[in-house]
Amino acid sequence: MTWKSKDLLTLEELSASEIQTILDTASSFKEVSTRSVKKVPALRGRTVVLFFQEPSTRTRVSFELAAKRLSADILNVQTASSSLVKGETLIDTLKTLESMTIDALVVRHKCSGVPLMLANMTNATVINAGDGFHEHPTQGLLDLLTIREQKGKIEGLTVTIIGDITHSRVARSNIHGLQKMGAKVRVCAPTTLMPMGIEKMGVEVYHDLDKALKDTDVVYVLRLQLERQKKNLFPTIREYSILYGVTNERLKRAKKDAIVMHPGPMNRGVEISSGVADGPASVIDEQVTNGVAVRMAVLYLLKGEKTQGENA
Amino acid sequence: MKSILIQNGHVVDPANQIDGEADVFIQDGKIVKVGKGLKVKADQLINAKGKIVTPGLVDIHVHLREPGFEYKETIASGTLAAVAGGVTSVACMPNTNPPIDDQAIVYFIKSKAEKEGHCHVFPVGCISKRREGAEMSEVGELKKAGAVGLSDDGAPIMNAELMRRVMEYAKMHDLVVIDHCEDMDLSNNGVMNEGHASTVLGLRGIPAASETVMVARNILLAEMTGAKFHVAHMSTAGSVELVRQAKKKGLNVTAETAPHYWSLSDKSIKNYNANFKMNPPLRSEEDVAAIRKALKEGIIDCIATDHAPHSSTEKQCEFDEAAFGIVGLETLFAVTYSHLVEPGVVSLSRAIELLTTAPSKIVGINKGTLSEGVDADVAIFDITTEKKVDVNQFKSKGRNSPFNGWNLRGWCELTIVSGEIKFKSGE
Repeated sequence: MTWKSKDLLTLEELSASEIQTILDTASSFKEVSTRSVKKVPALRGRTVVLFFQEPSTRTRVSFELAAKRLSADILNVQTASSSLVKGETLIDTLKTLESMTIDALVVRHKCSGVPLMLANMTNATVINAGDGFHEHPTQGLLDLLTIREQKGKIEGLTVTIIGDITHSRVARSNIHGLQKMGAKVRVCAPTTLMPMGIEKMGVEVYHDLDKALKDTDVVYVLRLQLERQKKNLFPTIREYSILYGVTNERLKRAKKDAIVMHPGPMNRGVEISSGVADGPASVIDEQVTNGVAVRMAVLYLLKGEKTQGENA
Repeated sequence: MKSILIQNGHVVDPANQIDGEADVFIQDGKIVKVGKGLKVKADQLINAKGKIVTPGLVDIHVHLREPGFEYKETIASGTLAAVAGGVTSVACMPNTNPPIDDQAIVYFIKSKAEKEGHCHVFPVGCISKRREGAEMSEVGELKKAGAVGLSDDGAPIMNAELMRRVMEYAKMHDLVVIDHCEDMDLSNNGVMNEGHASTVLGLRGIPAASETVMVARNILLAEMTGAKFHVAHMSTAGSVELVRQAKKKGLNVTAETAPHYWSLSDKSIKNYNANFKMNPPLRSEEDVAAIRKALKEGIIDCIATDHAPHSSTEKQCEFDEAAFGIVGLETLFAVTYSHLVEPGVVSLSRAIELLTTAPSKIVGINKGTLSEGVDADVAIFDITTEKKVDVNQFKSKGRNSPFNGWNLRGWCELTIVSGEIKFKSGE
């Protein structure tokens, strides 16, 4: 199939069938990463800029690997090395990059909405690699792929997302993606980390972890930004861990075959115990593996199809 | 000076209970007479048949940006934007650089306005020295120089003790205390209204309570001190209720709101367009409904724009980083007419009152009427022709309007300031 939109900015804007296509494409790309020569020529001659304006290792490395395995040329533009620190505006930086005729811009930014703003101002493809508290669509997609692989389906499952919902772009992308694919989503957090009006997004709201975990198929644990304690969003890390930390004991409330996910990096012993993280229910390593496959699929669908068209 | 006769217009002058076809005769910069079929000789005749003729509008919340931020707006460009919107008197806010915290800046603004301005300019002085919210400015001297009110606008007075003392002191000088009511701790670096919309967009929220608690505190202090207290740019349902109670008690409390608080809500923010970012932020639909009701019931005393021009660099950037504020002078009447009068929230004559006599009374200036002998400040509006808002046609240096592209009725045709034509549409 041919991909319609120029960019991937949110899961909110994707249809279920578009998500399905990305997941199917990602599944077929997984095989590439198991070869001894882990490379296909799909993006040969294309330039992909990794424009990361917020510290990130996992997502950037995952995108870089994905682009390399598709044979694209990669350019890393990061905060410390970019002219943004010299006071250049974001738009001027974009114009500079665009003048060098780039094909795709993978954007990570601390401010919500930046990838959308840039996408409206450039002909290049923009892929959102996480913006503020807004969305992290490729994370949502790799989570969906992992759930589909582990459970054989997404529709009809109950997924419980636990942690700082207010400041989580991962939570928002997952809420949109899971609901479109027919899953029921619960969110569980202390009242201080639950954003106003979240129930209007169609989720069930919980503040009691034991109730939230009851009969759930997927337990999705979010990373806690420990410094939020200083903003009075929870009294101590100790109390947070007692009330919301996922341990093997508490995991018993979930379904017997429930899986546990985490977007990383983990605070072991805070939001998740090592027993759970390293236990049989954990699919955290699979998430990382699927991250590369999903990002290959996204790059391929947005930038690769036309290459083949041109060749044919 | 030449005389002007405006003929056959629909004159709306709430101060004199005029609402019907009449002529307006102007001589030597003053209003001489308003009446039907005036038999006078005039140097210039203006046919206003089918048009609305009103006292020049009065906007008591404008940022002219000069001195200090001339790249955003100047007294010349801001007052030209005013007359293009039918506004003939503005009260300008003191968040300039240097701020209007001593007489010299008041004199500077008045002399600049005299030389380069296009309408009457009334400076509002700072509550605190350097707008730092710590020490009271020379209130008595500011008043003598011509300041018509006190405010640290853009910044609230977080220190309740300072607010108490300023209210006591301003009362002695018969100056209204205007506060940008916001609890900065509750706002917590937010960039839009806190609610479902901010949750979906992933933007930091400013709760409605951030405004409402400050309105409550200030009303309590106004009760204690007996001062004249005015709520700037009121935006929440909670504030409306508090002002309603204050009025019932007979306190000297007034409130203004701006066109965007009844015509837009937080749901209007699309694609992180920073032209929808202002402080207070666009509120929930429930708040918008409460503001409209308050305008209808007279709980809100007047309309002001909070005209806040910014450069494109300050607006075309990350939503989090963008400056707060939008321009409003040139769309003031059109948004009022199309989104308040046409839907039947208020009558045309009540809308004119909200834009003329009511704001004049709050800051104590003799403006906003067509009474015999007053400065001939007149605006003529066309309420039949629909026109698209085009920010590139603005006289203001600011292009930061959320109304760009809107189809509106109620456009200014002609503006007269002290008997001189200062704006004519199409010229």
